[in-house]
Amino acid sequence: MATAAEVLNTSDSRRVGGSDHGPIPLTLRVRRFNPEVSDDSWWDEWTVECDPLDRLVEVLHQVKWHHDGTLSFRRSCAHGICGSDAMLINGRNQLACKVLAEDVAPKVTVEPIRGLSVLKDLIVDMDPFMEGFKSVLPFLINDAADPEKERHQSPRDRERYDDTTKCILCACCTTSCPVFWGDEEYVGPAAIVNAHRFIFDSRDEGGRERLQILSERTGVFRCRTTFNCTDACPRGIEVTKAIQEVKRAILFERF
Amino acid sequence: MTTTHIYDALVIGGGGAGMRAAIELSDRVDTAVISKLYPTRSHTGAAQGGVCAALGNVEEDSPEWHAFDTVKGGDYLTDQPAAQLMAEEAIEAIYQLERWGLPFNRTPDGKIDQRRFGGHTANHGERPVKRACYAADRTGHMILQTLYQQCVKRDVRFFNEFYCLDLLRTQDGTTAGIVAYELATGELHIFRAASVIFATGGYGRMFRVTSNAHALTGDGPAVAYRRGIPLQDMEMFQFHPTGLARLGVLLSEAARGEGGIVLNRDGERFMERYAPTIKDLAPRDVVSRAIYQEIKEGRGAGPNADWAYLDISHLDPKVIEEKLPDITEFARVYLKVEPTKEPVPIQPTAHYAMGGIPTNTDGEVVTGAGEDVVPGLYAAGECACVSVHGANRLGTNSLLDLVVFGRRAGAAAAKHAGEASVPDVPPRPEEQTLGLLNGFLGRSRGENAASIRQELQDTMFDNAFVVRSDEGLAKQQDILAGLRERYDRVVIGDKGAVYNTDLMETVELGFLLDCADTLVAAARARTESRGAHFREDHPLRDDANWLTHSLAYRQDDGSVRLEAKPVKMGPYVPMERKY
Repeated sequence: MATAAEVLNTSDSRRVGGSDHGPIPLTLRVRRFNPEVSDDSWWDEWTVECDPLDRLVEVLHQVKWHHDGTLSFRRSCAHGICGSDAMLINGRNQLACKVLAEDVAPKVTVEPIRGLSVLKDLIVDMDPFMEGFKSVLPFLINDAADPEKERHQSPRDRERYDDTTKCILCACCTTSCPVFWGDEEYVGPAAIVNAHRFIFDSRDEGGRERLQILSERTGVFRCRTTFNCTDACPRGIEVTKAIQEVKRAILFERF
Repeated sequence: MTTTHIYDALVIGGGGAGMRAAIELSDRVDTAVISKLYPTRSHTGAAQGGVCAALGNVEEDSPEWHAFDTVKGGDYLTDQPAAQLMAEEAIEAIYQLERWGLPFNRTPDGKIDQRRFGGHTANHGERPVKRACYAADRTGHMILQTLYQQCVKRDVRFFNEFYCLDLLRTQDGTTAGIVAYELATGELHIFRAASVIFATGGYGRMFRVTSNAHALTGDGPAVAYRRGIPLQDMEMFQFHPTGLARLGVLLSEAARGEGGIVLNRDGERFMERYAPTIKDLAPRDVVSRAIYQEIKEGRGAGPNADWAYLDISHLDPKVIEEKLPDITEFARVYLKVEPTKEPVPIQPTAHYAMGGIPTNTDGEVVTGAGEDVVPGLYAAGECACVSVHGANRLGTNSLLDLVVFGRRAGAAAAKHAGEASVPDVPPRPEEQTLGLLNGFLGRSRGENAASIRQELQDTMFDNAFVVRSDEGLAKQQDILAGLRERYDRVVIGDKGAVYNTDLMETVELGFLLDCADTLVAAARARTESRGAHFREDHPLRDDANWLTHSLAYRQDDGSVRLEAKPVKMGPYVPMERKY
């Protein structure tokens, strides 16, 4: 009789889903930077064998663990929920844990996301991004006395702001925005998404204040509607649409 | 260079429990949160299905039924007064989250909607009950975001990407602060405080197949353990039945709550045989073992006959889109399977630590069978063991645990910090940490941490997973001893000071080894099967000898000493656990 281990000792190396393939080679080209080594960035390249369904973040781990321990990047959940591993992958902002090896093989180029200072390799300074988020009062504002139980909200009112509740603050949108690259004062798409999440929440009373903040020079009218943000969002949020809705709310005072 | 900071209270960990505690603290005492991640990266955000409370919004329910389910679900290892308290405080905790803006799904009349979840029943097991409040399959994400929003509103002080590497205690055992490593600079920081709350999450990364984030390496439990604090019920680790095959990524129990079913190779809904009353909505330990049994009897699915399937293809596509959007996407992205049309390959995945740092219901850390309070030290969330989850946690009780006991730990820590002064720290408080780091940084030849980590994960999966035996656990103890020896000679490739994630991953591996030592020792000692802990050589529950918590202490030579601690009983008399 098989032991527990033999029975559950699974399928780690086997393809799940589509047709069967063996391991494939993937060449990883990474833009490196280390302030303790050089003031300039450089490129490194490795070719590793990986399963076609391996996530790019695990391929980066393979390099870090077996080729170069100094390769540095953020990651945590590895399935697109925590937002740590936003990178510029083949010229497009994506989460490294949502890109599969077979979709980029035989060669993939990985760089840090743009518009934020690079601190080491693929790690950028997230603080300016988080400051933009904080500037739009990203919390429910409602000074009425607490009801005894929950506040009521109709399914339709709940649906109104559903899309923008999905944001995981990964910065894929903001750092794909050409306006943000050129003007660090601009709050950027992610901050507007999070403002939208409250402006269109029927329970919130802080909309006017947020719209005031977003109507300033650093706010929503810097947007040039290039749709880069919508393309980049790993959560499928219609970012540009949300920004347009905030613009309209400012112009027509309707929200 | 070492910087010293002084706060009234510290929270170690910026996930759900940590931020809930910080909200409670920050209005009252000078507080800092030390987090190795940006708080919104915490793994609370990966929780999917719901957070339960007997609101009775959809059908009749009561906190007493909830408490019963929690105790029975925990196979009677649950401390009953703690479960009763949690079930009662659940209701206000959910309303509080709603008032802070959490976007729950709603009923047609605008109340918080509720759905079914495994092991949650009406009237002591009669039928499944709708108790789980939810926001699509992103409930954890919404809780994490809402708590972070409230922290932003209160201007809570965060030290992001700071790793807590040591706990400071005075001669008499009073908590004095912590030592933290700043990832950006490589500097050590001494944080002095009267109250310290550990809220560092779980340690599922000791297993090869896990739903846990890379960050979940048992930092808080290991740091406490090294400083004389015991770890409770470490053998109780939950294996969630529906991890995405190969990857372990969680597919929420909400899929079954909405009507999804588990199938074997032949397409049989086998849970009808194992849990005739509530079938696929049986608790996780029951379903994981059933899957194992199906595989063992040759009805496993997939090319190697070692998976099962989760089938939601018969559900209304609108339900899937509105209530299970994320897990549907996981199947599409990672397995290239279309869940609206075909069953999704699954396998049990290491999911949740029921055990951890022992606390009372105020989050105070307690040691020994007599529960002596460690002054100034608190724990909450997955890293703590209250114990409300006993030998098997019910789905949705973890998110509830972190808001209920995060709040309680925060309140108790605030009270203590308001009354006590900040103790002096011992001279050269960073010495032990410096020794640890310099050991890794100083060596230039040897093995790297990756191969040791891989071997730990592979062997824990082989010998300490869903089904265990004395033979396998004894073997695993030898393996762990060997891994420890190799770890003590490990070499790292990055010798720098800036963002040295190589160094921190190596430190984290040490934490995992400590947690694995205690898990395997306690699992080997417990010669019975209870909840998530199943011993094929002792397949029955043994209340006469084992209706007891385990406490694992680190001895000076690094070995584990085990001690028993009574379970706090209550109205529910242990009976056979049938569903």
